[in-house]
Amino acid sequence: MKQLLRSKSALTGLIIIGILIFVAIFADRIVPKDPYEMDIWESFRPPEGLRGEYILGTDDMGRDVLSRIIMGSRVSLLVAAVATGVSLFFGVTLGAVAGYVGGTTDAIIMRLMDLILAFPSVLLAIAIVAALGPGVANAMLAIAIVRIPAMVRVTRSTVLNLKEEEFVVAGKALGLSHTRILFRHILINCYAPILVVATLNMGTAITVEATLSFLGLGAQPPTISWGRMLALGRDAIRSAPYITLFPGLAIVFTVLGFNFLGDGLRDISDPQLRGR
Amino acid sequence: MYRYIIRRLIQMVPLLIGISILVFLLVHLSPGDPIRMLLGEDATEEDVERLNAIYGFDLPLHIQYFRWLSNALRGNLGVSIRQGIPVTTLIFERMGATLELAIVSVIIAILLGIPLGIVAAVKRGSVWDYLSMIVALLGVSTPSFWLALMLLSHVALKVEFLPMFGRDGSVFKGLWILVTQFRADELLTGLRYVLLPAFSIGASMMAIITRLTRSSLLEVLGKDYIRTARAKGLGDRIVVLKHALRNALLPVITIVGIQFGAMLGGAVVTETVFAWPGVGRLIVNAISQRDFPIIQGGVLMMAIIFTMVNLAVDLSYALVNPRIRYD
Repeated sequence: MKQLLRSKSALTGLIIIGILIFVAIFADRIVPKDPYEMDIWESFRPPEGLRGEYILGTDDMGRDVLSRIIMGSRVSLLVAAVATGVSLFFGVTLGAVAGYVGGTTDAIIMRLMDLILAFPSVLLAIAIVAALGPGVANAMLAIAIVRIPAMVRVTRSTVLNLKEEEFVVAGKALGLSHTRILFRHILINCYAPILVVATLNMGTAITVEATLSFLGLGAQPPTISWGRMLALGRDAIRSAPYITLFPGLAIVFTVLGFNFLGDGLRDISDPQLRGR
Repeated sequence: MYRYIIRRLIQMVPLLIGISILVFLLVHLSPGDPIRMLLGEDATEEDVERLNAIYGFDLPLHIQYFRWLSNALRGNLGVSIRQGIPVTTLIFERMGATLELAIVSVIIAILLGIPLGIVAAVKRGSVWDYLSMIVALLGVSTPSFWLALMLLSHVALKVEFLPMFGRDGSVFKGLWILVTQFRADELLTGLRYVLLPAFSIGASMMAIITRLTRSSLLEVLGKDYIRTARAKGLGDRIVVLKHALRNALLPVITIVGIQFGAMLGGAVVTETVFAWPGVGRLIVNAISQRDFPIIQGGVLMMAIIFTMVNLAVDLSYALVNPRIRYD
């Protein structure tokens, strides 16, 4: 933890993510305006700055852009967190089994991962949601599926490295079951690289969620998501470019936060890679 | 070497079969009945059954798969439900545009990323180094379709030279005309249209290339043979460009190959933003119309191209780097 605070990049990431989580949790209390309220007479008001009534302006329906961005943080973070959680669970389990058991099991799991990796990941996510039908739950599932291989690979390679360590051999000599050795003794020692990949996965998940929502495949109205705000703002891109500017900045800011944290964690867990 | 190539080619077979099964099943996971959607609510049961029989939707799943696969192997990916045009025709009309976009993106990423990475490594701690760091960080954190929107509203709208939508002429055809007939007009038109979409897709790759070139060059510059070269009295330029860069660029080549797939994926969305007439836009439009044969065929073709590119990268890497083990 001390190291975490000493790494500039990890600290920056933590602060950004902390702010975002705070905003998402208290979104309904800190919004300056009702994000759903339409007022045609107030539509397309350009950003007015901190002193103005509409700090970041209004959209085509006269809804406050800032309030909608604040509200939209919920869906983005929730989808990314659930998707990453699911890919973490299945990825670590499959990767650990592949690395520990080896042989045919390993081959089958890894060939399945190759199959997922044979598709450009955004395209596969789009295709999965297109098949299952649009919506938040299916978007989460699709993002989780395309992110599983990364988790499997990193878990498998770490488990392979640890498998021959003395404490594992000792565990076997003591007659502990394989499940116990794998999940209680080996996995506990490879959390660092897994944590790094999971953090970086969060950033990717945010981007993919925005992409899906942008194409109308993610959160459905009236739920607000950053990707959907971009899709709606696109029609007014000539007259009101700020409607597409700010939600995008929110996405960049969020992804940047997770990338900072991921890079920082990697530096801490593997000092050899520092500065790359 | 030959054995390595043959082994890699044989490994492709199960992967391609897997891809075909996955693509086939994808559409059959779908809850909606495309025939009912197509005919609307007024359709009689008889009409639905008749069309189901025409498209073969009434057969058992595995039979449908083998029928679909044997047709696909003969270049028949079915007929678009909405447009009534063979899917293969639709895809091949647009594949060139998508590949052109992806290739130009990669070229832009390389042309900008490698020099920036070199300067950052050579002048470590300078303004250029910090600039490269910022480019790298922003590049990997910015969704390509949003960058596309920003370029559209802040560049294309203001710079008349760069059009907002569509495609006119092909860059590669333009290049050919330039070489054979010494006319640059076609190339110029093609470039005007492709530049912004290609940059928005290539930005993330540029970021990765910049960062990797920098770190890889820094590592190589610390090696003994570089010190020897310097000790011989060779100039900085020769040491960096001739001695160090050759080795430093090996990981960059690999990354370019790995990232090419991400380009194809990114192209799907960016094409819709710039109304680029490629396969990505075809697929996205087909999704909103639930035109399954197009989705199936499009995703299949993209996956096959992606797999082939990965294979090509692996093989060329083996050629460039004699130290690789073939077993």
